[in-house]
Amino acid sequence: MYKEICAKYTPDKDNLIQILHEIQDTHPQHYISEEAVQAVAEYLNLPPNHIYGVLTFYTMYSTKPRGGNIIRLCESPPCYIKGSENILRKLQILLGVETGETTKDGVFTLELCACLGVCGNAPVMMINNDVYGDLTEERVEEIIARIRRGNQ
Amino acid sequence: MSLKRIDLLICCGSGCVSAGALKIKERFHAVLAEKGIANEVNLIETGCMGPCDYGPVMVIYPEGIFYKHVSVDDVEEIVSEHFVKGRPVQRLMLQDEEKVISAKKEVPFYQKQVKVALANCGYIDPESMDEYIATGGYEALGTVLTQMTPLEAIELVKASGLRGRGGGGFPTHIKWKLVHDVQADQKYIICNGDEGDPGAFMDRSLLEGDPHRILEGMMLGAYAIGASQGFFYIRAEYPLAIKRIKQAIAQAREAGLMGEHIFGSDFSFEAEVRTGAGAFVCGEETALIHSLEGERGNPSPKPPYPAVKGLWDKPSVVNNVETMANLPTIFLKGADWFASMGTPTSKGTKVFALTGDIKNTGLVEVPMGITLRELIFDVGGGMTGGHKFKAVQLGGPSGGCLTQEHLDVPVDYESLKERGAMMGSGGVIVMNDQKCMVNVAKFFVEFCVDESCGKCPPCRIGLKQMYNILDRITTGKGKESDIDELLRLGETISKLSLCGLGQTAPNPVLSTLRYFRDEYEAHIRDKACPNKVCTDLFHFNIDKDRCIGCSLCARKCPVSCISGSREEKYTIHQVDCIKCGNCQDVCPVKAIDRIPGMHAEVIQHVASLAQTEED
Repeated sequence: MYKEICAKYTPDKDNLIQILHEIQDTHPQHYISEEAVQAVAEYLNLPPNHIYGVLTFYTMYSTKPRGGNIIRLCESPPCYIKGSENILRKLQILLGVETGETTKDGVFTLELCACLGVCGNAPVMMINNDVYGDLTEERVEEIIARIRRGNQ
Repeated sequence: MSLKRIDLLICCGSGCVSAGALKIKERFHAVLAEKGIANEVNLIETGCMGPCDYGPVMVIYPEGIFYKHVSVDDVEEIVSEHFVKGRPVQRLMLQDEEKVISAKKEVPFYQKQVKVALANCGYIDPESMDEYIATGGYEALGTVLTQMTPLEAIELVKASGLRGRGGGGFPTHIKWKLVHDVQADQKYIICNGDEGDPGAFMDRSLLEGDPHRILEGMMLGAYAIGASQGFFYIRAEYPLAIKRIKQAIAQAREAGLMGEHIFGSDFSFEAEVRTGAGAFVCGEETALIHSLEGERGNPSPKPPYPAVKGLWDKPSVVNNVETMANLPTIFLKGADWFASMGTPTSKGTKVFALTGDIKNTGLVEVPMGITLRELIFDVGGGMTGGHKFKAVQLGGPSGGCLTQEHLDVPVDYESLKERGAMMGSGGVIVMNDQKCMVNVAKFFVEFCVDESCGKCPPCRIGLKQMYNILDRITTGKGKESDIDELLRLGETISKLSLCGLGQTAPNPVLSTLRYFRDEYEAHIRDKACPNKVCTDLFHFNIDKDRCIGCSLCARKCPVSCISGSREEKYTIHQVDCIKCGNCQDVCPVKAIDRIPGMHAEVIQHVASLAQTEED
């Protein structure tokens, strides 16, 4: 599987970030395994430690398995001013996890992230590629419930 | 072909999409089909219109009617009343004290704005190259390629006075000239779309709302410097922007506007899109170049500048998205026209992102030199909730805050810098009198600690030290010497850090110390947060005279630290209180207040804990 993804790109070092994105996005657990690091290293003819170095530098990559839906709540000042802390507390209670953890059923992973650039509608979170703005505790409850229903 | 009698422009910028714009669009399709008038209405999905706070918004032509806060349930009424019967829906229009404002051009938010970079954002369909061309798109490129030499193009940009819109404000023509003058077999032009400043979203809106403009801007730059290859570096948090730029490149290629001999000239050009992966520091040009090369995004010392040794060691120009967005119009309307706006040193217009405790949050474009007062109170509509203005943070984590006394300062590169703030990418975070400046400064430093790449010690270690001190101050453990220590650290970090991130990271602390030193002192000396924000330095109190004993607060308390009865009224057990504020929110008679300072019970508790530890 990893080889097939790599083969879509020329074996040049500058494709590394794009290859890692595709590997992570297509993995059901949204992470980059050791196996994947090896495969990419071989394909690009780079030492695995270079791949690992890049992988751990960027916050969007994960080396640990994650849930089916990645929640990324913005923790930057514009959202903080508008009460993102209460949203975080609500998410933690709703999901029963701390930041960085995955729910037992594997449906959600809760993460914090830097500014998502939708500050006009702060507080904001992204779930996978969808942005949810003007969050209130009630709205968060609805959104989580809707995704849960869709998952069953 | 049927004649479309109505143009319905629905804002599908990220703000409006997050508020449900796409569902509204679907509903319009369904209702229009149901009523059999789908062929009379031209439904256009546009980029950001600006007033995010009013979202989802839409504009309907020919009348130019502006609707705000539209929901899926309103669609039926808009179609049957407005489209069928010709009676616009008043309740969805903006209203001020005296009147209902129906037309977009009368909305106060747009009054002082001059749209250059944002001209097409919210006006055309970003996925249609034809619409871009219809607004004059690619005309500038055609003219420049066929009638101007690269040097003449650089001269024109010099005369326009355009400066980099990404933060530093470096004159664009100097960067270009440097690369133009270097002899090399290959040169590159890079568009910096790694917008990471908290509170800035102009690049996102431009890339999403008018991608062809950025592409044309890049090609104009490429021709001037002699580059045949360009890269868009866009942060991965902006999937729609990435999609739109890729689409624009494909359309341009198909139309023959990219590839060999563009417009029959000798100029050939190819562009590619590369994405980031979540690293703020990659907005710094040398870090960005390393990231493009497939490396960790560490910055490197300058010189050598990218103009000499850039991507793959070739001469490269890195221009910000907004800088590129200005170029087509500058070439089309001329340098004099552009230079006629703004101040002597800062020409043209600037896009600002208004956020925080301000009524009209969103994206605005105003001439340089406008005062902060006009920007915040006229364009931004003033403060929300009847609160007073306290401070404004300009330039994100690299900038500084300005206060009431600076409201009449003109917004340009130099004036802001003189006062300890900076233009940055144009993020304007407005704060009301309920905010604690020490807490805000701590937050910005925390952001920079998280985003520091760790290469140079002043930034990696120094910022962490600053954060620890701020954390100490905001939790009641501050020392008298802390303020001096912060000043000393801030100065050291600014002077010794390798790249712009570290050099500017202490600014929020230094500027808040300059203007709000008394707040720091109250935290340290009185162990009190005057604005009742820092959770360790204020407490809640139930006023027994006002309490009616309803028990609502006790029931809503997540840690069960409120007890009492109807007769005895309710009391908070201070040691267990987590300061969530639920009790204050639910109290029907507003009997619960925030009091600055630690409660005596807590002070005693902390002291006894310290005593036990000593024993």
